[in-house]
Amino acid sequence: MSVLVYTENWDGKFKKLTFELVSYATGVAKMMNTSVTAVSIGKVNENELLLLGKYGANKIINANNEQFVSLDNQVYAAVISEISVKENASVIIISNNNTGKAIAPRISVRLKAGVGSGVSKLPLNINPFTVYKRTYSGNAFAHLTIRSDVKILTLAQNSFDLIETPVDATIENLNPVVDGSLLKTVVKNIQKQSGKILLTDADIVVSGGRGMKSPDNWSPLVELANLLGAATACSRPVSDEGWRPHEEHTGQTGKIIAPNLYIAVGISGATQHLAGISSSKYIAAINIDKDAPIFEAAQYGIVGDAMKVLPKLVEAVKEIKK
Amino acid sequence: MKILVCISNVPDTTTKIKFAEGNASIDTTGIQWVINPWDELSLTRALELKDDAASGIKSVTVIHVGPATAEPTIRKALAIGADDAIRVNSVPSDAWFVATQIAEVVKKENFDVIMCGIESSDYNGSVVGGMISEFLGIPSVSAVSDMKFENEKPLMIREIDGGKEVVTVPVPFVAIVQKGIAKEPRIAAMRGIMLARSKPVKVVEPTTVDPLTQIAEFEKPKPRTACKFIDADNAAQLIYLLQNEAKVI
Repeated sequence: MSVLVYTENWDGKFKKLTFELVSYATGVAKMMNTSVTAVSIGKVNENELLLLGKYGANKIINANNEQFVSLDNQVYAAVISEISVKENASVIIISNNNTGKAIAPRISVRLKAGVGSGVSKLPLNINPFTVYKRTYSGNAFAHLTIRSDVKILTLAQNSFDLIETPVDATIENLNPVVDGSLLKTVVKNIQKQSGKILLTDADIVVSGGRGMKSPDNWSPLVELANLLGAATACSRPVSDEGWRPHEEHTGQTGKIIAPNLYIAVGISGATQHLAGISSSKYIAAINIDKDAPIFEAAQYGIVGDAMKVLPKLVEAVKEIKK
Repeated sequence: MKILVCISNVPDTTTKIKFAEGNASIDTTGIQWVINPWDELSLTRALELKDDAASGIKSVTVIHVGPATAEPTIRKALAIGADDAIRVNSVPSDAWFVATQIAEVVKKENFDVIMCGIESSDYNGSVVGGMISEFLGIPSVSAVSDMKFENEKPLMIREIDGGKEVVTVPVPFVAIVQKGIAKEPRIAAMRGIMLARSKPVKVVEPTTVDPLTQIAEFEKPKPRTACKFIDADNAAQLIYLLQNEAKVI
């Protein structure tokens, strides 16, 4: 028996999300009196792999060959499933990000394993195996019982703290042979933004809504975000109008985020918007309407015109950064 | 080519969720049921493709796993423009159950493209599409924000962390679609509503399968502390509180 965690990499590097997953896996393994095996797919160097030991991964399986250059859901699911069987994994932990959403259900079918998706804290119970998961877009949380022998949990990003429990990790190199006929996804072109803080990774997010009045008014918001090392986001009407790119849309049908601080500027806080941000640790809102629903979700509020308040915030942040 | 669009029947997204006695299910009194928002966008894109003769898409079928009470939602999909519908007559117990039922239908009837929304707004599971593809042993592409066809080959945009990829896979395949796949959901016109009444809805009985998961209990999110208001003239105070009280900057 073991807890298996899929540790995704980005161009050979892990990020905070990876370490959150390993910290979480270590917590689950402790509840079950067992150890953690991490599975890395693709080219990652040894020093990077050993970082996983800091968060409690006892064994690291380094699966690498030329088939793994880009994500093929079928191939990745086959590799993780095969390793899970070999390692006698009873719980498999994957991120609830786009990659996790692509491969977790395929592994589920291969192993006949029930999925608890978008979990945000350790299982409530081991027997029966019960997890706490977000439902109704954050308007309710469910205690979900998973009855299958193998369980798959996908962890919501930014929902579990990093916990250092260093162990001496061993690396096992593996060159898995995957049925070549499974490899069907052809990536024709890749466009990547560089140097920008990703919305889903960010600790701080500054977000603008219709109260910003015009796409030409965004510069103080972007300046505030830059000063705070924050990512920028927006509400749905703003992305629908084309004022900001749709990647920035935060809300039920857009990105669901859980930063430490979400600053909502000129956003009234419709249910659908709150569904995307309600897991933020702190929400600060600036809105002209004192009755806006965003203030019910926020811990800090300023009733005022965004265009007048933003420059003051920019100045105040410059002051503390001096 | 034929598209199958999987649709889920969910409470309107502005619904105030209340629980039934015992907290193991929701209180459905007064709930307005709608097509899951992602599935509605998925259906819209499928119909746009059908409208474009060059795409090679000849028909759009919707499938739903649910009891007869879900008929209005299926009729709505037909009114928006789907050609026909299939309903698997059962109460959907979990994602495993639903994916099994849809995969069984696809095995009997050939579809070239199966479209699923990336999640449903009720259980927020994000697994049904991927499960269907694995049950059928066909490729899946997830987080798809655009799809078109060139010479009957799909070209999709797959959203990745911090970027996008243009991806293709052989037909048949499952496309798991997200925001961006269509601009705005298509709305049923009066003519569509009239036509929908006579469009075929095939009802099939479910395959026997045990669910793998079960909701034991629901609970409400923890209430947030009351908002602390700061005077707009003294906005700098907010930055002070975020730094020294909340300690988040």
